[in-house]
Amino acid sequence: MAGLPGPAWLSTARTAAFERFSATPLPTEAAEEWRYSRIAELDLERFAPVSHGEQAGAAAPPAGLSADVLEALLLALAGAVVVEVGGDGTVAVTGAHPAVSVTDLSGVDAPEAPLGAIAGEPDSLVSLNLALSSAPVVIDVERTPDGDELPTVVVVHRVGAPGAAVFPRLLVRVARNADASVVEVLAGGGEDDESLVVPVTELEVGDAGRLGYVHVQLLGHKVWQLALHSSSVGRDATLTSAAISLGGDYARVRTDSSLVAPGGTSKLLAVYFADGHQMHDLRTKQDHRARQTTSDLYFKGVVANRSRSVYTGLIRVEKGARGTNAFQTNRNLVLHEGAHADSVPNLEIEDNDVSCSHASAVGPVDADQLFYLESRGVPTESAERLIALGFLDEVLDRLPTPALVAPLRLALAAKLDEAERIETAMTGVQE
Amino acid sequence: MSTLVIEGLRATVAGREILRGVDLTVNSGEVHAVMGPNGAGKSTLSHVLMGRPGYTVTGGRVLLDGTDLLTLPTWKRAQAGLFLGMQYPIEVPGVSLRDVLAEAFTAAGRDASQVPALVGAEAARVGFDERFLLRSMNADLSGGERKRNETVQLGVLNPKFAVLDEIDSGLDVDALRAVARRVEAATTESGLGVLAITHYTRLLTELHPDRVHVLSKGRIVTSAGPELAEELETTGYAGWAEDEEQAASTASRPADPFADPLA
Repeated sequence: MAGLPGPAWLSTARTAAFERFSATPLPTEAAEEWRYSRIAELDLERFAPVSHGEQAGAAAPPAGLSADVLEALLLALAGAVVVEVGGDGTVAVTGAHPAVSVTDLSGVDAPEAPLGAIAGEPDSLVSLNLALSSAPVVIDVERTPDGDELPTVVVVHRVGAPGAAVFPRLLVRVARNADASVVEVLAGGGEDDESLVVPVTELEVGDAGRLGYVHVQLLGHKVWQLALHSSSVGRDATLTSAAISLGGDYARVRTDSSLVAPGGTSKLLAVYFADGHQMHDLRTKQDHRARQTTSDLYFKGVVANRSRSVYTGLIRVEKGARGTNAFQTNRNLVLHEGAHADSVPNLEIEDNDVSCSHASAVGPVDADQLFYLESRGVPTESAERLIALGFLDEVLDRLPTPALVAPLRLALAAKLDEAERIETAMTGVQE
Repeated sequence: MSTLVIEGLRATVAGREILRGVDLTVNSGEVHAVMGPNGAGKSTLSHVLMGRPGYTVTGGRVLLDGTDLLTLPTWKRAQAGLFLGMQYPIEVPGVSLRDVLAEAFTAAGRDASQVPALVGAEAARVGFDERFLLRSMNADLSGGERKRNETVQLGVLNPKFAVLDEIDSGLDVDALRAVARRVEAATTESGLGVLAITHYTRLLTELHPDRVHVLSKGRIVTSAGPELAEELETTGYAGWAEDEEQAASTASRPADPFADPLA
């Protein structure tokens, strides 16, 4: 911590966080929110935090598909404010919008920011993030004058150097009546680069504010990600948040969304696609703490080859949060026999004036849908591909940043091709 | 001039024999109606022709210009020129009509860039709302809209033979007329041969058959000209056979000595 730059208040916070980390054991599968996870395999000793400014030690350029997708995403978002955060804590901002200010908390004079106020510290890895995050970034969004173009901010974390442990930290604060789109991208790590990324993102949507947030994970196939997204949605505010998980070895995203004042709405989306031996792990909590609040979760994933996914989600309605509407849907498509998906929804409801529903499904490509497309002359493999892409398209179509849809669709199509190549190689069967 | 020949076709579903030797020949430009009571095997016939999973062919051949379709996977049967208009067209989330037809064109070596224009023209011919073209296939469509959608695909794919499985079920009069007119036009415009499978004669007042066949207990029991449909309108199927469920329930009751044998 002593080696990390920043104002005194941040050093104090880091030291305290490190003490809490040291005093708390790492999570284990015994905890409900870590069941079915691969946390037991985590050996922190194998990774080293990166010194400030040591760019070469922090990031490895993304390879193959991830590099192409990153380029396409940035092109699609041309005109946005771009915040490049190196794994070593260097922050570079290009572009500007009058409603947006970006603060690098590693600056000597950086004002105090309430890191952890929204996320809390649900486990010791989140404490470790605060202790070791070399450059926490804060994005503040004010109200854009009527008629002006609303701001889009892209935060790109370049990480993934072999053996590196990187702790990205982002706080987004959308002021009362303000409206913004934020896209956070994690990229880096070549074919064989093993590394660890522990990102923590906090989102605060002020009263009547609107925030669209998309997390795009394009990490290399040997990178571990343990991510937390935590949001607080104010009175009559709307958050639309999405997690797009494509890369990583074991890639976990925990999404907690708290509706803290009446009239708030939280729309939570995810698209995940695992191939090879990847595992995507998604945990959610829709936390209704005020009356007349709505949450709508729609997560869809595909598992191919020998990959796995797990989804567990909790809808929690506090006593007094009457008039709550909470929906949760998780659907999983299992493309190959060696792949496996788990889906476990949970409800915890302490008020009876609520409307809640949850649905989950895990299954192969629907035989009737396949027959229907084949009966039009579409070859089996193309039909499966159309069905799988269509399945995920239903979530893509709801993304808060429409410019992302086309590049992500191409990325998913490429993942499908890759999965077919891997399957052919794994089974040794040629069509 | 093409020919679809069904020879001695036998098939089982879950181990039970449903088709017991079906023989039928359809030539380009002809409309054949296959009628019959519930349980006769009408839908099984349509599914077996297209190769739907769950049906086991135990004998016979289906030759399209000499090629045995039964040896081909479903998509190759379609590429060979067979189309199945389904009784219950299936909803495919996130997949649009255009996507499907573009893939089918690509696989056939046809120019997929023509698909949007062809789809637009066909949609106009049967009164299928353009708004539905970019939506998920068959999602939130009424029965009539689904059948118009099937007909749009028939028009764009331009097959040699179309099997229409109860295309008249769930249709209002306007949709029935639009669908029947488009199919009939295809028989003259492109020489489409049609095998229209139907329980009711309603379709045949719009789509005029050259031949009418009665399928009963898995076999064609009689074939004649269009006058047979009119006869069925008044007599029903009782003269040929009852469906198996009725037969079973009749068998469990003592015979009624006063029953009308023609009822």
